[in-house]
Amino acid sequence: MLFLASQLVFAALAEIPDLSARVTDLTGTLSSAEQAQLEQKLAAFETKKGSQIAVLIVPTTQPEDIAQYTIRVVEKWKIGREKVDDGILVLLAKDDRKMRIEVGYGLEGAVPDLYAKRIISDVMAPKFKQGDFAGGLSDGVDKLIGLVDGEALPAPSTQSGNDDPPLGILLFLGLFGAMILPTIFGRFFGSTANAGLVGGAATLMGLALPFAGILGLIAFVFAIMGAFESGRGVSRRNGGGYYGGGYGGGLGGGSSGGWSGGGGDFGGGGASGDW
Amino acid sequence: MKNLILKFAAMLMVLTLSGCGYNQFQSLDEEAKASWSEVLNQYQRRADLVPNLVETVKGYAEHEKEVLTEVSNARSKVGSMQITPEVLNDPEAFAKFQAAQGQLTSALSRLMAVAENYPNLKADQGFRDLQAQLEGTENRVTVARNRYIETIKDYNIAVRSFPNNLTAMVFGYKAKPSFTVENEKEISSAPKVEFGDKK
Repeated sequence: MLFLASQLVFAALAEIPDLSARVTDLTGTLSSAEQAQLEQKLAAFETKKGSQIAVLIVPTTQPEDIAQYTIRVVEKWKIGREKVDDGILVLLAKDDRKMRIEVGYGLEGAVPDLYAKRIISDVMAPKFKQGDFAGGLSDGVDKLIGLVDGEALPAPSTQSGNDDPPLGILLFLGLFGAMILPTIFGRFFGSTANAGLVGGAATLMGLALPFAGILGLIAFVFAIMGAFESGRGVSRRNGGGYYGGGYGGGLGGGSSGGWSGGGGDFGGGGASGDW
Repeated sequence: MKNLILKFAAMLMVLTLSGCGYNQFQSLDEEAKASWSEVLNQYQRRADLVPNLVETVKGYAEHEKEVLTEVSNARSKVGSMQITPEVLNDPEAFAKFQAAQGQLTSALSRLMAVAENYPNLKADQGFRDLQAQLEGTENRVTVARNRYIETIKDYNIAVRSFPNNLTAMVFGYKAKPSFTVENEKEISSAPKVEFGDKK
């Protein structure tokens, strides 16, 4: 019921497209060559600097204000790197003749609101007035790149998500499982289940599969030793097959095809304008 | 053997303690405070812009005394308020805070509306920059407020639903005030033309 209601509310608002490329044009304004050129420029910048800049062209943001719509888009897309928050979204609402540059938290110093405003009114708007959308976007993006390039940001990493694995939780889980599971399922099955538990959890937390496998194996050994030591609950319900622990659910985070945001946050910085 | 049961009991206690919502309150309470700080931050940022803005407008539209003093008064009222995180647990202080900020918002929107009548002022680069900053700040305020409303919603649901409400009662966690809808309209309306419909 509640779900239905929220569905209805969202149906009334303009839809947010899925993020699959740096340049998303829902209006067919840019030719595919122009789109590819812009895309390439942004991709090159991301490789060099790490910051993610995206362009979105929609027909309209009604009934919402462009600022409200844009913040919903960036909350969903999460462009920019996590913690660095260095994403920028350039959004055009073509039929509304409105645009907005939304700047991530980490770039509010490099691209203050007034610079964003000047890029909008002095660089992009004049070109848009002449109908030159590709040119306006290209120039605007060049200016943004120029500003961000001067900012000291963490170097781009080839792999995202280098956070320390939450070993504490896994250890807790493993200990808990090692204590409980063998007494319930028997030494071997219980230990296997524990391995599966730890390995699966590790995979869900986004650890690499081999690493999760090793953790699962450790959990298995740990549990089976624990079961021996406490010397109880080892009702030998015959051995049965070996269910390889470790490799749990296939929910490994991975980029599904196209491009995706890195987890950057936005707080409403940037500027809006029209043409 | 006994050892095992003891361990199990300890484990169970930890689990049930987190099951009664106490830990949830801790994190939600912290989140609420954090998002509240963000709201304050952005309001502060807006207040900091005001003196400059007033000076600039004065330069071109000196005889618009009424609006200018209104803005200055609202600004000093906002500035004189003692805002501590405890405001969050005091609905009355919260309402006062909200009213003061709302006053500044409407005074500012009138100032910006008046500015529309002065082409020279509108063309001034300094004024345009301030205008961009004010717009950006108002937008940040809106975002921060919306996020605050979201976190408070989670917190209040946690405090009021069973069985957490029992824990909340024992430890003195009360539902926190949120921005209300009527004020929402009044406050979050961007500084745009808004003639006449004020007392």
